Amino acid sequence: MGRDAGRLSLILLMTPFLLWIGLLIILPQLGIGYVSLREKISYDEFSFGLKNYVDFVSEPVYRNTLFRTAWMSILVTILALIVGFPVAYYIAKIARQKSRAALFLLCLIPLWVSDLVRAYGWIVLLRETGVISSTLVDLGIINQPVEMLYNDATVVMGLVYTVVLFMIVPLTSTLQGMDDALLEAGYNLGGSRFTVFRRIIVPYAMPGIVSGCIITFMLTAGSYLTPVLLGGKNSSWFTEQIYNQFITRYNWEAGATFGVTLLVFTSFVVWLGLKLTGQSLATTVAKD
Amino acid sequence: MQSSAGLRLIYRAYMAAFFLFLVAPLIAAGVFAFNDSVFPSLPWNGFTLDWFFSPVEPKLGLFHDERLLRGLNNSLYIGVVVAALSVAAGTCNAFLFERRTFPFKGVAYILLIIPLVIPGVILGISILVFASMIANWVDAEFGLFITWLRPGIPLIVLGQFSFLTTITSLVIAARLQKFDMALEEAALNLGASRLRVLTTVTLPFLYPAMFSAFVVAFLVSFENFNTTLMLVGSDAPLTITMYDRMVKAGSTPVLNAVSVVLMLGSGLLALASVAVQREKKA
Repeated sequence: MGRDAGRLSLILLMTPFLLWIGLLIILPQLGIGYVSLREKISYDEFSFGLKNYVDFVSEPVYRNTLFRTAWMSILVTILALIVGFPVAYYIAKIARQKSRAALFLLCLIPLWVSDLVRAYGWIVLLRETGVISSTLVDLGIINQPVEMLYNDATVVMGLVYTVVLFMIVPLTSTLQGMDDALLEAGYNLGGSRFTVFRRIIVPYAMPGIVSGCIITFMLTAGSYLTPVLLGGKNSSWFTEQIYNQFITRYNWEAGATFGVTLLVFTSFVVWLGLKLTGQSLATTVAKD
Repeated sequence: MQSSAGLRLIYRAYMAAFFLFLVAPLIAAGVFAFNDSVFPSLPWNGFTLDWFFSPVEPKLGLFHDERLLRGLNNSLYIGVVVAALSVAAGTCNAFLFERRTFPFKGVAYILLIIPLVIPGVILGISILVFASMIANWVDAEFGLFITWLRPGIPLIVLGQFSFLTTITSLVIAARLQKFDMALEEAALNLGASRLRVLTTVTLPFLYPAMFSAFVVAFLVSFENFNTTLMLVGSDAPLTITMYDRMVKAGSTPVLNAVSVVLMLGSGLLALASVAVQREKKA
């Protein structure tokens, strides 16, 4: 292949990549950054400054929504780790070779079902006239129907449900690589079950834990349907605020400010997570 | 392993409980599509297919519900277009990152991954804002009205394309990495042109990965809500139509019927994708 032909084909291959990243990712992100710095003075007249951000910080409702979203996302991430780790360990280490693939596929089933259907399923189960409530009444356990939707516990449960798969998948693939001899050595050297877990299994699974936590956190903080549908009007989720500013109130400047804030915030948490554990973005997110 | 029978039993029970937790809402969403009642709740009034096929109110079935059908149609259309575009771009990216060296490749690789870690809502609003900025500028400068830059199907396609391309690129690149270069060299030595080698040796090797990338992209597009919500115009895809119905009209079993169709559809496609992967291994 001639040098010119090589260069030409490189340019041809590069073009779609550059168009995609440039026009759909970088420029739009700069676009919302630009809009967030803009203040509307009158129709078609703008000045530039940090006023939108000052407004955001000085308005407790907005600020608290961000903190609430952050706090709940971290809680959901931790819960997903606690719920998902035993499952991943079972699939990777305890289940018989034959049933492994089947169990893993079973875990992936909800992944193929829309968030909307899953949230709808929870609504059918949990609302006042729902399956669980009416079954409990029929069994005589409670006297009158009870509303299980529209509270924080349900939102957290629904979010864990939505994201736990993204925790299990990287954990399983990491744990599958672990040699059983490591565990045996640990026990032979007199380690208790807890010591082996803490000193051998957890350190070995760390890359999987980090990538699972990052994906889970990002998905939770950016989720919209589950908090809105299971939490109702009072869910005060941050993405809901963005939607309200953009679509309902048509206040793009404030909406863009919220968007940039969310992006900076989640990126910061991810960066912090990677830094603390010494991992890199490419190896954690793009492993599979 | 040192584990007593009791512990093992508890572990099994935990796994069973977990899988019950996973399928419970899916079963709840599915089962009530077949209940002969106007509410998706107990008591069970007997089996019916009215919520799929009944042509009259109050139990207007899914296959006679104009708006839901239009939503389904839009979703299929968007899904196929987006999947085709993102597989094409993903294939280019796979060759670019697996076969070529160029300056700042490390940075470019991070940029390739970045769309996956940007929340879908943000991707949606950023593309909405950017498209409107261009449309407004063109309108002001040239007096041209570009409707496809306003919320609607073309913007939804662009919005979903922006993150699906990352997924398709990674899937196809993983397959390309396993390609044995000796095959290409053999074909070249036998006198085939570069283009011929590409179309008769390398691309056929990639077809299974391209197919599964297509299926994954189609399914994710079909189910996508967050990005789509920000970019939707008057032609809403199914997820948005269903959401509107849920929020505004309250839930009726027709939504369960939609859920059943969605679950069946994505289940079958996922199976097809797994089957193709199996075949390639055999």
